[in-house]
Amino acid sequence: MRPEECAIKTEELTRVFRLRKREAKEGKREILALDRVNLEVSPGELFGLLGPNGAGKTTLIKILATLLLPTSGRAWVAGVDVVEKPQVVRRYINMVAGGETSGYGLLTVEENLWMFAQFYGIPSREARRRIRELLAMVDMADRAKTKTYHLSSGMRQKMNLVRGFLTDPQILFLDEPTLGLDVQIARTIRNFIRQWLRDHPERTILLTTHYMHEAEELCHRVAIIDRGKILACAPPEELKRRLRTEAVFRLYLEGALDAKSILDGTKGIVALAQKEENGHTSLDLILTEEEVLVSILSRLQAAGGRLLALKKEEPTLEDVFLAMVGRKLSEEG
Amino acid sequence: MKGAKTFLRTVFGRAYPRFIGVWREKSWVLFDVFLPFLQVAAYVYIYRAVGAPPEFSGFVVLGGAMIAYWMNVLWSMASQLYWEKETGNLQLYLIAPTSRMAILLGMALGGLTATTLRAAGIILVGTLFFRIPLRVENGALLLGVFLLTLVALYGLGMLLSSLFLLWGREAWHLSNLFQEPVFLFSGFYFPVRALGFWAAAFASIVPITLGLDAMRQLLYPELMKNFRFLPPEVELGILAGSGMFFIILAQRALKFFENLARREGRLTLRGQ
Repeated sequence: MRPEECAIKTEELTRVFRLRKREAKEGKREILALDRVNLEVSPGELFGLLGPNGAGKTTLIKILATLLLPTSGRAWVAGVDVVEKPQVVRRYINMVAGGETSGYGLLTVEENLWMFAQFYGIPSREARRRIRELLAMVDMADRAKTKTYHLSSGMRQKMNLVRGFLTDPQILFLDEPTLGLDVQIARTIRNFIRQWLRDHPERTILLTTHYMHEAEELCHRVAIIDRGKILACAPPEELKRRLRTEAVFRLYLEGALDAKSILDGTKGIVALAQKEENGHTSLDLILTEEEVLVSILSRLQAAGGRLLALKKEEPTLEDVFLAMVGRKLSEEG
Repeated sequence: MKGAKTFLRTVFGRAYPRFIGVWREKSWVLFDVFLPFLQVAAYVYIYRAVGAPPEFSGFVVLGGAMIAYWMNVLWSMASQLYWEKETGNLQLYLIAPTSRMAILLGMALGGLTATTLRAAGIILVGTLFFRIPLRVENGALLLGVFLLTLVALYGLGMLLSSLFLLWGREAWHLSNLFQEPVFLFSGFYFPVRALGFWAAAFASIVPITLGLDAMRQLLYPELMKNFRFLPPEVELGILAGSGMFFIILAQRALKFFENLARREGRLTLRGQ
C-alpha cells in the first residue's frame, strides 16, 4: 500500500541509541532498539504490538508520535512523513502511556483535561461537553471536580485515557494503557477502547501491550516484536492457527526440576518454557506432533520427575510468542 | 486564524495552573513573601545601623521584590521543562499541534502574574513596616521600565528553558550556579554602580540589573545621582532591545534544541 492509503506505514525503520561511556554495558556503546521494521496499519484498525519490555514497542511509538527521530528508514502517519512534517502529523494523533503522571495535581480532573484540550485549539464549551461525555464513559463523571492528586493510579489512568480520546484523534497511540492496573479498571479501559472504536470506525489505534489476553481480546491484527524485530504480523486467530499443526501441552511435575536440561536435545520440541509454582514445576511445551510427548515423559520419569497433571491446550498468543521467540513473554529477554 | 486561536488558547491553558495555584496553594504567603521579607529586613537593619539615608531601605525592598521574579524565572521558568519531562507532560506538549512558544509564553504569563502578587506583597509589607518614602515623579516611565524588565527577564527565562529541553538535570546545576551570583551582581540590595561600571555592564546581561537601576533612579532621583549606572531612558531602550533579542533567540533555540533532543532521544525519559 502507498503511505497515503495507510494510517501508519514504516519502511525499514531503524533506531540505534548511542550510550554514554558510563552507560555502556559489556563495552557496547550502541543499542539497536528497532531493526528494519516494516509495518502497514490500515485506517479503522486496532493494531497490537506485542512484545516484552525492551522489545522496541515504545521506541516505535515515540518515532510515530514525532518524539524521536529514526536512525534510518521512513515512517508515515496519516500519509504524512514523521521526519519531514512532524507538525502536520501532530494534527492527527494523540498518545496515552501506561503509568503516566501527566497533568497538575493542583488542578481538578476537568481542569487538567480542559488544559490539554486548549493545546489542540478546542473551544472551551466543546471541550467541557466532550470531557463530561468521556468521563461518564469511564465511570468517572462524579470525579470531574476532584483534584488530580487525590486520584488513585487507576483513576488517574482513566483520566489519561480520556485525555487521549478528548481530541478525537485520527490515530491514537496507546502504550501499555493498562499497565499495573487492577482487573476491574483494566476491563473498564478495554471496554471503553472497544466502544470508542465502534463509535468511530474510521479511527485507528496502535496499542502496545505485553498482556497477551489484552492483545487477543482487542486487536484486529497483532505484530510480535522482540529485540527490535517484527517476527510475525497477522490477526490473533491466524497466528494461533499456525500453531494448530503443532501440539501444545502443559505439564505439572512434583517438586523443583530442571526440565530444560533434562529435555535438552529431545527431538520434536518446538519451544519449552518452565516455571516454578507453589513448589511444583509447570512446563509449557510446543511439540511438532503429539507422539513426541511419549519420549518426553519417559525422559522426565527417568530423571526422577513425577507427573501430577497433563493438559492439552488450545494454542494462545502466549504459545505463539513462545514458539517464535523461544521464551515466554513474562520472561525478560 | 485557527492557528492564532490555538496559540491564544494554548497560552491561556498553560498559564491557568499558575493562576489557579495562587488561590489553591496559599503557602506562598509564607514561603514567598514572609521568608524573603526576613532577608530584606536584615539588609534594612544593616543600612539603618550604619546611618544610611532611608532611601537605602527602599533600594532593598525594591530589590527584594525583584528577587521574586528572578527566582521565578530561574526555578519555575527555565527549569520548568525539566520538571515537565519528569512528570511526562513535556511529551504531551510536544505532540500537540500547537506552538512551543505559546506554551512557554503561557508558562511565563502565569508565572509573571503569580509572582507579581508575591512581589507586591513584599513591597507592601516592606514599605508599611519600615515606613519607606516613595515619590513617583514619572509614573509612565517607571511602569515602562518595570514592564520591559519583565519582558526581557522572561524572554531570558524562555531562552534558558530551551536549554533544559536537552540537558535537563545538567542544566539544573546552571540554575544553582546563577542564583546567588545574580543576587550580588544585579545589585538586589545595593545600587549596582557600587561594583564599578564594567562589572555593572557585564551584569546587565541579566535584565533585572538595568531594570532595578532605572527604577531606583525614578523613585529616588536625588540619591541615585551619585550611584546611577546609565540614564533610565537608555536603560529602557536596552531593555526593549534585549527583550526582543531574548525572545527571538528563545524561539530559535527552542527549535534547534527540540530537533537535537529528538535526534538524541532526550525529549522523554527512558521508560516513559
